[in-house]
Amino acid sequence: MNASSVIVSEHLDKIYNPNTHERVIALQDINLTINKGEFISLIGPSGCGKSTLLRLIANLIEPTAGMMSVNNKTPHQARLDRDYGMVFQAATLYKWRTVSKNVQLPLEIMGYSGSERKKIAQSMLNMVELSDFGDHYPWQLSGGMQQRVAIARALAFDPSLLLMDEPFGALDEFTRERMNQEILRIWEQTGTTVVFVTHSIAEAVFLSSRVVVMSPRPGRIKSIVDIDLPYPRDFETRQSSEFFSKVADVRVLLRDAHEE
Amino acid sequence: MTNRRQQITKSLSYYIPTILIAVSVILAWELLVRAFDVQQFILPRPSNIAAEFLSEVELFLSPNESSILFESTRATLWSAFGGFVIGCGFGILIALITARFTVLSEATMPFAIAANSVPIVAFAPIMNNWFGLTNPLSKMAIVAIIVFFPAMINTVRGLTLVEKHELELMHSYAASPFKILRALRIPNALPYIFSALRVASALAVIGAVVGEFFGGPRATLGVFITQEASSFDFARAWAAIVMASLIGIGFYAVVLLAERLIMPWQRTV
Repeated sequence: MNASSVIVSEHLDKIYNPNTHERVIALQDINLTINKGEFISLIGPSGCGKSTLLRLIANLIEPTAGMMSVNNKTPHQARLDRDYGMVFQAATLYKWRTVSKNVQLPLEIMGYSGSERKKIAQSMLNMVELSDFGDHYPWQLSGGMQQRVAIARALAFDPSLLLMDEPFGALDEFTRERMNQEILRIWEQTGTTVVFVTHSIAEAVFLSSRVVVMSPRPGRIKSIVDIDLPYPRDFETRQSSEFFSKVADVRVLLRDAHEE
Repeated sequence: MTNRRQQITKSLSYYIPTILIAVSVILAWELLVRAFDVQQFILPRPSNIAAEFLSEVELFLSPNESSILFESTRATLWSAFGGFVIGCGFGILIALITARFTVLSEATMPFAIAANSVPIVAFAPIMNNWFGLTNPLSKMAIVAIIVFFPAMINTVRGLTLVEKHELELMHSYAASPFKILRALRIPNALPYIFSALRVASALAVIGAVVGEFFGGPRATLGVFITQEASSFDFARAWAAIVMASLIGIGFYAVVLLAERLIMPWQRTV
C-alpha cells in the first residue's frame, strides 16, 4: 500500500446467505490495488461478482471476510465522507425532479447553498453538453441523455472516485461509443479515479488503463491486463491493430475463465 | 395561435363522446318513462327532477326565501369535507410515523387492511350516539373513519415501496433518514396518496349521506332524501341525489386539480 493507492482489497470474500442452503460464494480471495487517476474496468460473465465488488467498494454491502480500504479509510468511512460518486445501469433519475434539480440532489443532501447548487449544476450540464435541458423532466430525455445527467450528478460534488455499474449497458452501439468518448474526455478533464463494470470487451479495452478479468462460481480475479494504448484515445484507436490485439487477449482470457 | 386553437378543438372533441352518451342516457330515460307510463314513485322523469331542481334554484336566488335543498347540500358538503380532511390528514400522518419504524408499519398494516374491508358505515348509528344526532361532528367522524384507512394504507405503501437503486443512491450520499424521507420517500408516495384521495373523495360523500340516513338535522341531504321519499315526493328526492352526485364530482375534480398542480412531472395522458 502506498499513498497513491485509492482502493486496496486483500483476501476479500463475499458470501451471500451464509449458513443456509442458498449459500452463494459471490467473491473469493479478491486482491486488487487501484491507484489514483486510473481507469479500471471489471469484466466477466454474469455471476462473476463484478457488481458485487463495486458495491463493496461503495459500502452498499459488507464483506464477509478480508480487508478493504478506500482512500486509506474503511469503505464505511469513505461513504460517510462522500468520497465517491455512483452511476447505475439505469440512470436512476428522480422523475419528480427536473434535470437540473436531479444534478443538484447530492448537493442538496450535502448542504450546499441554493446559488452554489445552481451554479454547479449548470457547469456540470455544460460538461455533459446538456446545458439547454436543465428545466426538462427526465422522461423527456433519451436514454443516452439520461445517463449523461446521471454522470453529471455523480460528479457534481467533485468526488475523487467514480463508480460505474454497467452505465451504458442499456444503450445502442452508436450511443455507447459516443458515451465512451465522452466519459474519457470527462475523466481526463477531472482526474477522477474510475472503476467501471461492463459486459463489453471493446468498451473495457477502449476506456481502461487496466482491465480486471473475472471468472464465475466462485467470483475470482482471473487476471489483470494492462492496456498500454496511449491517451487521449479516439476513433483512430478503435481502428488500430494494437487495440484489436488487446481485445483478442481479453477475449481469450474470458473464454478460459468461462470454461474452467 | 393556430397551435393553441388546434389544442382546444382537440380537447373539446375528446369530450364529445362523453357528452353524447350523457345526453342520450337522459333522453332514453325520459322517453322510456313516458312510453311505458312508469309511476313517478318508481322512476320520475328527468324533466320533473329538473323542474324541482330549478324551483329550488329560484328559491335559493331570491333574497327573501331560502332553499332547503341548497341548505342541505351545504350541510352535507361541510360534513363530507370536514371528515375528508380529518380522516385523510390523520391517515397520512400516522403513515408517516409508522413508516419511519419498519417494525411498527409491518405490525399495523394487517390491522389497517382488515379494518379497511369492514363496512365502516355500520358504525354510523354509534357515531350519531357518541356525538349527537344533530351535531355535524357525528357525520364527520364516520367520514373520517371511512377515509382514514385507504389514506393510511396507500401512504405507507408509497413511502416503503421505493425502487432499490433510488434508495441506494441516497445511501451512496450517506443521506440521513430524514433527508431520505423528504427527498425520496414523500415524493415517491405522492401518486399513491393522490389515488387514495380520489377514492376518499367518493367515500366521503357516501359516508356523510349514509350517516344522515340514520338521522340528523332536517337540512342535510340524507335526511332530505329519506323525508321526501317517505312522502312520495320522489322527484325532490332525486334532485337531492343529483346534488349529492355533484358534491362527489366536485370533490373529485378538486383532488385531480391538486394532483396536477402538486405533481407537474406526471405526463398528461
